[in-house]
Amino acid sequence: MKPFEPAQIPALEIDHVSHRYGARVALNDVSFVVRQSSFTVLLGLNGAGKSTLFSLITRLYAIRSGHIRIFGHDVGREPGPALSRLGVVFQSRALDVDISVRQNLMYHAALHGIASQRAAELMAQVLDRVAMADRSQDRVGDLSIGQMRRIEIARALLHQPCLLLLDEPTVGLDIKARADILDHVRRLSSTEGIGVLWATHLIDEARSSDNVVVLHKGRVLANGMVRDIVGQSGGADLREAFNRLTGAADQTEPEAAR
Amino acid sequence: MTVAVEATDPHSLSLAQYFICLKGIVWREALRFIHQRERFVSALVRPLVWLFIFATGFRQVLGVSIIPPYETYVLYEVYIAPGLIAMIQLFNGMQSSLTMVYDRETGGMRTLLVSPFPRWWLLTSKLLAGTIVSVLQVYAFLLIAWFWDIEPPPLGYLALLPALLLSGFMLGALGMLISSLIKQLENFAGVMNFVIFPMFFASSALYPLWRVKESSLLLYYVCEFNPFTHATELIRFALYEQVNWISLAVVLGCTIVFLFGAILAYDPARGFLARRNTPAG
Repeated sequence: MKPFEPAQIPALEIDHVSHRYGARVALNDVSFVVRQSSFTVLLGLNGAGKSTLFSLITRLYAIRSGHIRIFGHDVGREPGPALSRLGVVFQSRALDVDISVRQNLMYHAALHGIASQRAAELMAQVLDRVAMADRSQDRVGDLSIGQMRRIEIARALLHQPCLLLLDEPTVGLDIKARADILDHVRRLSSTEGIGVLWATHLIDEARSSDNVVVLHKGRVLANGMVRDIVGQSGGADLREAFNRLTGAADQTEPEAAR
Repeated sequence: MTVAVEATDPHSLSLAQYFICLKGIVWREALRFIHQRERFVSALVRPLVWLFIFATGFRQVLGVSIIPPYETYVLYEVYIAPGLIAMIQLFNGMQSSLTMVYDRETGGMRTLLVSPFPRWWLLTSKLLAGTIVSVLQVYAFLLIAWFWDIEPPPLGYLALLPALLLSGFMLGALGMLISSLIKQLENFAGVMNFVIFPMFFASSALYPLWRVKESSLLLYYVCEFNPFTHATELIRFALYEQVNWISLAVVLGCTIVFLFGAILAYDPARGFLARRNTPAG
């Protein structure tokens, strides 16, 4: 189904990326990769630089320093091939509440140059995958927040991307909806081979088998399997490891914290 | 390595896909237009207030002599109708461009910009979509105005269409450009005061320029250099099945300049987007 991609190319490669707003450093030499069919959690508190990184990956801002590659395609130099492989669930609502689920998805398909007949097929598939097949004619405004999130994910998957970014996708969801969405996206990465980057500030969304990138004040403090990071820090769990890492970073560089 | 992927790239976009994208953007704008009735009503009420109240009040004060494209004396409301049409497009252009810029942090705008199509194509499609909406508003206005004795020749309605597309494009591109460059214009009130009112009043929309010349030569030149004057005149002549070539050239030239400027402003490498905001995360 999915277009062939050589297995050794990472789905997403962040290569020595720095970004500043005036004097304020938002990202400081950030590097990590999201492998194909892996689930990577980008963990950071609010203000850690997650949104800036997403803005750079999605080409809202130009990359001033460093490179971002999606399946080997540099986002700055060849944005078309890079962006066509990328699906994004933004933190803010991307659906038009006044129109139906179907109309929203057809619009998204058009933005990727997918003709309406093919779009209808793909739409049936993705809606089925998020268990919303019976709601395609409903107005988006009539759905619950959890259902809207599922439609957002369906929307992001419509053009069959090989890399899926999600920016705080569980904000505003209850515990049940949160767990459902998390399970669902994990399944996507394992069964569909999609590389997933899941940005969150909620530590308990990471499992011991996940990859995790700890981002704090624009710097990567740790990058690897959750269980390895926990082991290295000597803490009992990821929460303790996270607190130790960020605490140590704040102590060693008090001037950078300003 | 990259080259090898490129050679068998199923992701490259064909010309047909460019049109699918354009169609999708226009179609969505039309859907939004249908669903936002308040926007449509207020876009219609504004020029009608000018026509029903202002024009009636000023009818006796301002006499309009015979100037092209008119072949007889015309009533004041007939004179200002083209200016009001241009005003509809000016408001629409400013409103849709502003919404676009100030919505840039919402997902809707980001969804558009994350599309793999080149940004100039996305912005041009978006402008065309906004222009088509303004054209619908104009024809609705003309329908009501017809009952108010604004009766241009039947073919004039048809000749008006290309003029409307061009002027709508120019005003939309202008809105996109200024809202991206001028940070102070954070809200619509600012745009009303500093863009819409000066452009509208310093133009041939409400009074023929020869009358302006009689009272102030400086203002006359300001009006002559105002692109809105030429949008108005292009519309006025088209409505009477004529072409004002100078206005056509000016509107065409301005459209190209504004569009080019707007595309530059939205280019992530040089644009304002990175300069002007600092997201929370």
